[in-house]
Amino acid sequence: MTVHSFQEHFDSLIDREIAIEPKDWMPDDYRKTLIRQISQHAHSEIIGMLPEGNWITRAPSLRRKAVLLAKVQDEAGHGLYLYSAAETLGVSRDELYNQLHTGKAKYSSIFNYPTLTWADMGAIGWLVDGAAIMNQVPLCRASYGPYARAMVRVCKEESFHQRQGFEIMLNLSNGTDVQKKMAQDAFNRWWWPSLMMFGPPDAESPNTVNSVRWRIKRLTNDELRQKFVDVTVEQAKILGLSVPDKDLKWNEERGHYDFGVINWDEFWNVVMGNGPCNKQRLETRKKAWEDGKWVRDAAMAHAAKRKERKAKAA
Amino acid sequence: MWEVFIRSKAGLDHKHAGSLHAADAQMAMENARDVYTRRMEGVSIWVVESSHIHASDPDQASSMYDPANDKIYRHPTFYNLPDEVKYM
Amino acid sequence: MNNKRTLLDYTLRLADDALIIGHRLSEWCGHGPILEQDIALTNTALDHLGRARSLFQYAADQFNGFPAEDKKEVFSSVTLQTLLASGASIGEDDLASLRDGWDFRNVLLVEQPNIDWGYTVARSFFYDLFNYLYFTELVKSKDETISSVAEKSLKEVTYHLRWSSEWVVRLGDGTEESNKRIQQAVNELWMYTGELFVANDTDNVMQAQGISPDLGPLKTEWLARVQSVFDEATIAMPTGTWMQQGGKDGNHSEHLGYILTELQFMQRAYPGMSW
Repeated sequence: MTVHSFQEHFDSLIDREIAIEPKDWMPDDYRKTLIRQISQHAHSEIIGMLPEGNWITRAPSLRRKAVLLAKVQDEAGHGLYLYSAAETLGVSRDELYNQLHTGKAKYSSIFNYPTLTWADMGAIGWLVDGAAIMNQVPLCRASYGPYARAMVRVCKEESFHQRQGFEIMLNLSNGTDVQKKMAQDAFNRWWWPSLMMFGPPDAESPNTVNSVRWRIKRLTNDELRQKFVDVTVEQAKILGLSVPDKDLKWNEERGHYDFGVINWDEFWNVVMGNGPCNKQRLETRKKAWEDGKWVRDAAMAHAAKRKERKAKAA
Repeated sequence: MWEVFIRSKAGLDHKHAGSLHAADAQMAMENARDVYTRRMEGVSIWVVESSHIHASDPDQASSMYDPANDKIYRHPTFYNLPDEVKYM
Repeated sequence: MNNKRTLLDYTLRLADDALIIGHRLSEWCGHGPILEQDIALTNTALDHLGRARSLFQYAADQFNGFPAEDKKEVFSSVTLQTLLASGASIGEDDLASLRDGWDFRNVLLVEQPNIDWGYTVARSFFYDLFNYLYFTELVKSKDETISSVAEKSLKEVTYHLRWSSEWVVRLGDGTEESNKRIQQAVNELWMYTGELFVANDTDNVMQAQGISPDLGPLKTEWLARVQSVFDEATIAMPTGTWMQQGGKDGNHSEHLGYILTELQFMQRAYPGMSW
């Protein structure tokens, strides 16, 4: 078979919506794009543990503490599923960590914003997880088998995350004045960064065309963003919160909400490392990794010793 | 790398749940419990070192599986029986 | 202290131990040396937190049944007293968040800081082994609620103990560095293990009523098992004999204050609100 026919075979699998599996031939670009996308997602889960992890020891009730702990733990799990999916493409978790720690790999820029009050736990669950779910559900049908299967697991577990976030917000907006203020304040700070989560406008998103064709992206950034705005504005009404956008208006003709201009300058700056917490988040992860080296070494050394002893005994 | 297989309830097959990292089998078993059964997903776990799995080559798929395509007589629906025959 | 007060004191001890060790372990979430272990440790933290909640709920029920005069005497915290003056009954969160440090009854061991994976493993091992032996006996408690909590916990604790024992062995019999680190952690935490087995007045009353187990025989068993795990791990038994104590009676290390500052922040800063 020539490379040409490999390509044709691959294209025909894609066209027939048949999953690509690890040992199948795939174009280099496909592999590279997948590794980038899956590892970015994995990194986002791992870095994403930190802003919420901030509040585990300060959660306002034992019930909320248990829920938050379980949620942040799920994020570790999701990172693990995704790193495993990436590993089937021939890259190791250590190498991916290295890309993260050296700043070569990116992660969702939303996690470079600080969590200042308890209401941020609500806003993150409601908005950030809400946006993430919208991004992720279509990926359960992604063309690459291990990725799609990891996403099925992620989405199944994720369903409680947004609900617990909304519940926190609901509680606050039915609460005292200071609780309402807390909720509105968090909404104000997380609204725009949540819209940025869907990525740059389609016109400026170079990866979209191939990614849609390869079914590792099923709706465009702008389509998903519009969907998110339409859904979330209605939910904000239930919470009695006002959307921090003076240009927000229902457009009868389009059947969608029009919304204000996103500050893409801020977005690109946060992506490039100038967000409020970029440095802090990365340093925290690097420290965990470096501090853990002797532990990982010990585990490997002990396993080797045990194996050797067993071999001798046999 | 280890592959994790989980039996979700008694009587069912072990099914591939995912992968994880561990230094040895004991650790892999415990990690599997902590990572893949957090929501009561299982009653039994197998862990297998990934390098011990030999996967078939998809390029040979036609020689591996196509020959079974025309052995339709292996399937019960191949046989026409009168409707009156029950419990068969 | 009357019998009811003693049972409350005892219930709170069990609850506080669980809350504080759970708090310490939860501090690892997002910072573990291995992703899989991050998840494992969080499972354990959640087990402890779950046990703390059951016990706090039981303690709150006991407390709410006290005569008004007794209620005033039990806790000196101003915030709790204000709450009681309003005629409200208390719940699990009030006990966790509104009691002052001197009303906490947990042993000193569980409030010791994480420092590194070695200290965390050593602290867990000492505590898990104690818990395993203790809950095995506590299942027979004449107090039904406590015995049922013990029964559920025993399954969890059995797993915790397996996890921490294996890590003690892994670190002890791993690299030269890991052996040095775990040995140091064991040596330094050793002086907090004695308190586990020293009966205070509450223990004596509870034991006489068949509610809590006799600590004496547990110590022998605990030492023997520590020795056997240390042998496998090539760790030397610490030689220090001086033991710190006081937690059971509310005399804590400085660490507890900082734990409570975080743990109680929301309930104290925004009193009387629901979350």
